Amino acid sequence: MKKRSIVPYGPQHPVLPEPIHLDLVIEDEKIVEAIPSVGFIHRGLENLVQKRDFNQMAYVAERVCGICSFGHGFGYCEAIEDIMDIEVPDRAKYLRTIWFELSRMHSHFLWLGLLADGFGFENLFYQCWRIREKILDVLELTTGGRVIFSVNKVGGVMKDITPEMAGAILDMLASVKKELKAIAPTFTEDYAVKSRLVGVGVLTKQQAHDLGCAGPFARASGIATDMRKLGYAAYGDIDFDVITSNDGDSYARCYVRIREIFQSISIIEQAIEKLPEGELAAAVKGNPKGESFIRIEQPRGEAIYYVSANGSPHLDRMRVRTPTFANLAGLCETLKGADYADVGLLILTIDPCISCTER
Amino acid sequence: MAVMKFVPEALKNLFKPPVTTSYPFEPAEYPERARGHISIDIDNCIGCGMCVRACPLGALKVDKNAGTWEIDRFDCVVCGYCAEKCPKKCLHVIPGYQTPEREKEGVLYKKSEEALKAEAEKKAEAARKAAEAKAAMEAKKKAEEEAKAEG
Ligand code: SF4
Ligand code: SF4
Repeated sequence: MKKRSIVPYGPQHPVLPEPIHLDLVIEDEKIVEAIPSVGFIHRGLENLVQKRDFNQMAYVAERVCGICSFGHGFGYCEAIEDIMDIEVPDRAKYLRTIWFELSRMHSHFLWLGLLADGFGFENLFYQCWRIREKILDVLELTTGGRVIFSVNKVGGVMKDITPEMAGAILDMLASVKKELKAIAPTFTEDYAVKSRLVGVGVLTKQQAHDLGCAGPFARASGIATDMRKLGYAAYGDIDFDVITSNDGDSYARCYVRIREIFQSISIIEQAIEKLPEGELAAAVKGNPKGESFIRIEQPRGEAIYYVSANGSPHLDRMRVRTPTFANLAGLCETLKGADYADVGLLILTIDPCISCTER
Repeated sequence: MAVMKFVPEALKNLFKPPVTTSYPFEPAEYPERARGHISIDIDNCIGCGMCVRACPLGALKVDKNAGTWEIDRFDCVVCGYCAEKCPKKCLHVIPGYQTPEREKEGVLYKKSEEALKAEAEKKAEAARKAAEAKAAMEAKKKAEEEAKAEG
């Protein structure tokens, strides 16, 4: 047997956006096994439900994560609305869809930038983040916050999108589409970039299925899983396809996410076109009592919200299962047999969000 | 083989002005809805304490008798829930982010002298009225009792 050694990787590492620690068992330069450990930024947000009332928790839930913040607030509100049988007005559903897709776009741009940074292409990294800035500007214009929006509340939304704002969103989408088209070939066709991505960290469809992977990570391995197809919010009325790829390598993950940005642009355009008139929020009376289980599609994959309420303003339990948690097992599988130099890149390809995972 | 796909984009960048602004030398522009900080229209505040109970962070303190409202701007995350809950609508979320400070401490807002005076007068007026009403009631009772005793 060759000599094995263990190299600690993280929690502080230049390519890692957030703290995760991996013990890498290596033989020469090849990874034999990766043992993850998390727990560096646990904040105990789930336990706060016993100290804050269920309306205040909408603000706390949103702060589970700084990038998928809209989805967390949304998933929590959906769960409470489900328990209390609240029918959310149509306009609110469409507005939620628009904001959700805007946040998916900015999350994917952030990821593209981090990926470019991961393989050392600094100029491309800055281009991605420059484009992302336009989306953040529009989010600030419509919600008042750049990454934490605070527009969801139990029963609907708090702010409206005026026709001028809708115009600003459409202008932004047109310019983002043009700029993404200009830089996308660098990700998908450039020789140097492809040499870092194609065939690196392959996860087969069977493995992805067995390990319960979620989101773009699973879709890149050929599993057509997308919770938006369940038709929550306004997704039921909107025409879109689940984007998949059969390659299962890092290139496929990049390709799927780029196509998803174009898809989000089309979803927002459709939603703005169909935006119905009406109320922004339904009235909420009383306290929730019962249980609910909601599945939504975050930018990083399927997230699950479980809420149990006892009829008082304070909930019994809230639980969030985040996509990164589901994808960690898949990550360890892709790391087996990989080169040590590719580890940082491979960790990035699952789009890790450790803050969500630890709540 | 596609080599150096990025070259045209990179060359374009050479001739473009920077996309960043040199804040703080150039002022930042905020949209109207930007959640920068909470402002209070203190003279309209009735000291009901709804905002204190609403705040998920516990960043607020209200003293009804002294007519003060206090916010710890470093605890506040500008979620805007207090502004939504205030019955007098005297709290507003306005643009302009919190600036760095050396000390982390609350900012105290006190009602103006006129508002306090007006309130005190109102209170005195109310007390006087209550006293009058009470006196009238007692007088009535007495009269009734006397009438009974006579009868
Ligand atoms: S809720 Fe409004 S009126 Fe009541 S104490 Fe707070 S600021 Fe004053
Ligand atoms: S904005 Fe939110 S955190 Fe700030 S004082 Fe109001 S309720 Fe508290």
